[in-house]
Amino acid sequence: MQQLQQDIIVVGGGGAGLRAAIAAAEASPGLQVALLSKVYPMRSHTVAAEGGAAAVTLDEDSLAAHFQDTVSGSDWLAEQDVVEYFVAHAYQELVQLERWGCPWSRKTDGKVQVRRFGGMKTERTWFAADKTGFHILHTLFQTSLRYPAIKRFDEYFVVDLLVVEQQIAGVLAIDFSSGKLVQIMAKAVILATGGAGRVFHYNTNGGIVTGDGMALAYRHGVALRDMEFVQYHPTGLPGSGILITEACRGEGGILLNKDGYRYLQDYGLGPVTPAGQPQNKYMELGPRDKLSQAFWQQQQLGLTADYQGHAVVYLDLRHLGKAHLASRLPFICELAKAYVNIDPATAPIPIRPAVHYTMGGILTDINCQTSIAGLFAVGECASVGLHGANRLGSNSLSELLVFGKVAGEQAAALALQANLPPLSAVAVQSEQQQNYIGNLFADSCDDTVHAIRTELTLAMEQGCGIYRDNAGMQSCLDTLQALKTRYQQLKVTDNSKVYNSTLLQHLELGFGLDVAETICRSALARTESRGAHQRLDEGMTKRNDNDFLTHSLAIRQPDGNTMISWQPVKITSLPPAERHYGAKGSGLAGSGSAGSNV
Amino acid sequence: MSKTINIARYNPEQDSQPQLQAFQVDSDHSTSVLDALLQVQQQDPSLGFRWSCRMAICGSCGVMVNGIPKLGCKTFLRDYPDEVTVSALAHFVVEKDLIVDMQPFLAHLSAVKPYLINDQQNAEPHRQTPAQLAKYQQFANCINCGLCYSACPQFGLNPEFLGPAAITLAQRYNLDSRDQGKAARMPELNSKNGVWGCTFVGFCSEVCPKKVDPAAAINQGKVASAGDFIISMFKP
Repeated sequence: MQQLQQDIIVVGGGGAGLRAAIAAAEASPGLQVALLSKVYPMRSHTVAAEGGAAAVTLDEDSLAAHFQDTVSGSDWLAEQDVVEYFVAHAYQELVQLERWGCPWSRKTDGKVQVRRFGGMKTERTWFAADKTGFHILHTLFQTSLRYPAIKRFDEYFVVDLLVVEQQIAGVLAIDFSSGKLVQIMAKAVILATGGAGRVFHYNTNGGIVTGDGMALAYRHGVALRDMEFVQYHPTGLPGSGILITEACRGEGGILLNKDGYRYLQDYGLGPVTPAGQPQNKYMELGPRDKLSQAFWQQQQLGLTADYQGHAVVYLDLRHLGKAHLASRLPFICELAKAYVNIDPATAPIPIRPAVHYTMGGILTDINCQTSIAGLFAVGECASVGLHGANRLGSNSLSELLVFGKVAGEQAAALALQANLPPLSAVAVQSEQQQNYIGNLFADSCDDTVHAIRTELTLAMEQGCGIYRDNAGMQSCLDTLQALKTRYQQLKVTDNSKVYNSTLLQHLELGFGLDVAETICRSALARTESRGAHQRLDEGMTKRNDNDFLTHSLAIRQPDGNTMISWQPVKITSLPPAERHYGAKGSGLAGSGSAGSNV
Repeated sequence: MSKTINIARYNPEQDSQPQLQAFQVDSDHSTSVLDALLQVQQQDPSLGFRWSCRMAICGSCGVMVNGIPKLGCKTFLRDYPDEVTVSALAHFVVEKDLIVDMQPFLAHLSAVKPYLINDQQNAEPHRQTPAQLAKYQQFANCINCGLCYSACPQFGLNPEFLGPAAITLAQRYNLDSRDQGKAARMPELNSKNGVWGCTFVGFCSEVCPKKVDPAAAINQGKVASAGDFIISMFKP
C-alpha cells in the first residue's frame, strides 16, 4: 500500500474544502495541505448553487436582524453563539471573495448589488447573476492555484478515517484512476464532503452528494446532529428535481396552483403582495419549509396540476419581462428551455418540491472541531449549529466561507504543534480496510447497487418526506434494515482496477444507508413538529418546546444500529417565540405595511 | 420508445483500442444522452463515464455524440434518429470507456495564472460598474467541460497548445478592471503554444454549451499579443 504523509488533509473540493485549504495555506505557508476530492474540485456540488450568499450589507440592515431571521428561520434550533459569529463574519468573507475576483452583480455605481431572499427581512443576498455557487467555486478553485502548499489529489475517494485513541491520524483513500489504496497520514483532517440529498429519490443534488463524510465520521463514533431536518426546496423541476432558484421569487416571481390562485395566502404567508412587487417575508418570500409544506397541503386538496405524471404547481415569471430575466436569471431561462421546454418570459414553469439540503450533519463546536481530536468538519456535511430545523436560503454559501476559513485556520494551528502518530499505530486498521475491500469482489451477484439504491431512495421519500408519521417512518426503518442486510451480501462484479465505478458506487451506497438510518431514527424520536420536520401523528403536529427544544444526536452503537440522545440548544439572546411570516410577522422590523391585495 | 446507443468501450486492462458496443435504451421526449448512459450502466455496471449535476453546470459529462463534442446532460435523444454513437472526448487520452485524462487540460488552465493579480489589501469591495463587469462576464462562464479542446484541430495536433478554455480564462482576468496581472500572463499567451497557435477555425465557439465564445477571447488575445509585440520593438 502506498504511504504518504501530509500536515493537513482536506476531504472534499467544494466551496468549504477549498476555502479551508486556502485558509490553512495562508495561515502557515510551510504546511503541506492535501486536498482530496472524489471529483475534480470544480465539479463539486457548490457549483449548482444559484441564488446567492447572505451578509448584512445595506445601511438599514443590522447584524441583529440577520441573527433574528436565522434563529427564527431555524425554529429556534440554531446555536445562537454560532449564529452571532456567522452574521458578524459573513460580510468580510464575501468581500474576500470579491478581492479574489468573484464576479458579483453590481449596481450602476459599481457597488455590489443585493437581492431579496426567503425568510430574510432585508435585502442582503449577494449574487453573481443566478450562478452564484458556480462563480464562488471557480473563484476559489482558481485562487487555490496560487498556493504551492496545496497539493491536489483529484479523484481520490476516502474509504476510512485513520483514528488512534480518539485522535485523527489520516485517511485511507482509493485512487480512482488506478484503483490503488493509499494511506495518507496527517495531523489534522477536515471533512468538507457536502450533504446527503441523494439518499432521497427526487432531489436537486448532483449524483455525487451521497453523504460520504457524514458516514465516515459516524462510523468512528462521532455524533450526527439534527439529521431529521431535511430541506425540501419548494421549486425543483418535476421528475429531475433540477433546481429553480429561490432568487426567481426574490426577483418577484409568484407561485400559482392549477387554478392560477396564489395559494400561499392560505398558509399564514399573506396577504397577497402584488405580482412583481415582492415583500420580504411575505408570500413567495416565506421560508422554504413553509412553502414546501404548503405544496403538500395543496396536493392533498387536489389543487396541484399534473406534469407528465408529477404533481406540480407553477412558478410564474412572465411579468418580470424578457430583459430582466436575461440579466438576473439567465441560467433559469436556459434550464427551463432545456429541461421542460419552456420560455419563462412567455409561460409559467411547472415546479414541485425536491430534497435540497441536509440541515444536520457531523457534530462540531463553533471551531468546527469534532469529538475526535484533530478531526474537523465544515459545510453541509457538518452541523456547526447554524441552521437548526430549517435553513434560510443564501445562508449556506456564506457558511462555507465563514466556517471554511475557521476550519482551515484551526487545523493549521493544530498541525503546527502536533506530531504524526507512528505508522505502526494504524497498520491494523489499514490492513482491515484493505481486506474488506479485497473481499468485496466476486464473479457474480444476484443483487445490484442500483436495485438497493432505488429501494433506499424511494423508502426515504415515502417515509421521511415533507410530512411524516410514525407508521410511515417505521416502515421506512424496516426497509432500511432489510437493505442493510442485503448490502452485506452485495458483491462487486467488476474486478477491473482503473476507474472502477462499480466499486465506488458500492461504497457510496454503504455510506448512504448509514446516513439514511440516522435521518429516519432521529425523525422517529422527535415526536413534535418543528421547521422541516412535520409530523401528522396526533399530539405531535405542533412545536413542543417543553420536550424538544433540543438537538438530536445520532450515535452509532457497536452493533451497527443508531442510538438517539439529546443535546441542549445554546440560547444567548433570542428566547423561543412563535414563528410568524406575512402580516403576522409584521411586528418585526422591516416588514412595514402589510401590502395591498391584487 | 427504444433507441440504440453505440458506446465506444475501452478497458485498458484488456483492450488494445476502443470498440463499439450497442445497447438498447428507453427514450422519451426528455431522455438525455446522460440518462441513456445511466440506463446502460444498469445493464452493464462496468461502464465508465463521469457525471454529477445533470444540469449543465458542473462540466463533468462531456462526450462525443455522433462525432460532435457535447454535454451528455444537455443533449437529447429526441434530436437524433433511432441510433446514436457516443465516444470519449476527442484529443484527450482515453482512460476507460468515456473517461478521459483531464490533467493536461488542468495544467493549461493553471499555466495562465487564472486568478486576480492585485495585492492591494482592503476591507471593502472594489467598485466595478456593470459595463466593466460586462467586458469579461461572458468569459467567466466557462464550466471547464473541455468540449472546445475536442473541437480544436490545433489542440489535436499539438497537445501543448494552451487551447480555447485556458486562453479564454486568461482573457477573462486580463479584461477584469480589478486585475493588474496582464503583464504576468502575456508571456504564456505570446509563446508559440499561446494565442498564435490558433488558426481560427471557430469550432470551439460552436460547441461551447455555455455560449462563452472562446474564439472571440482568442481573437482579443491576439490583438493584445500583437500590441505587446509592437511595444517590445520600441523597447531598448
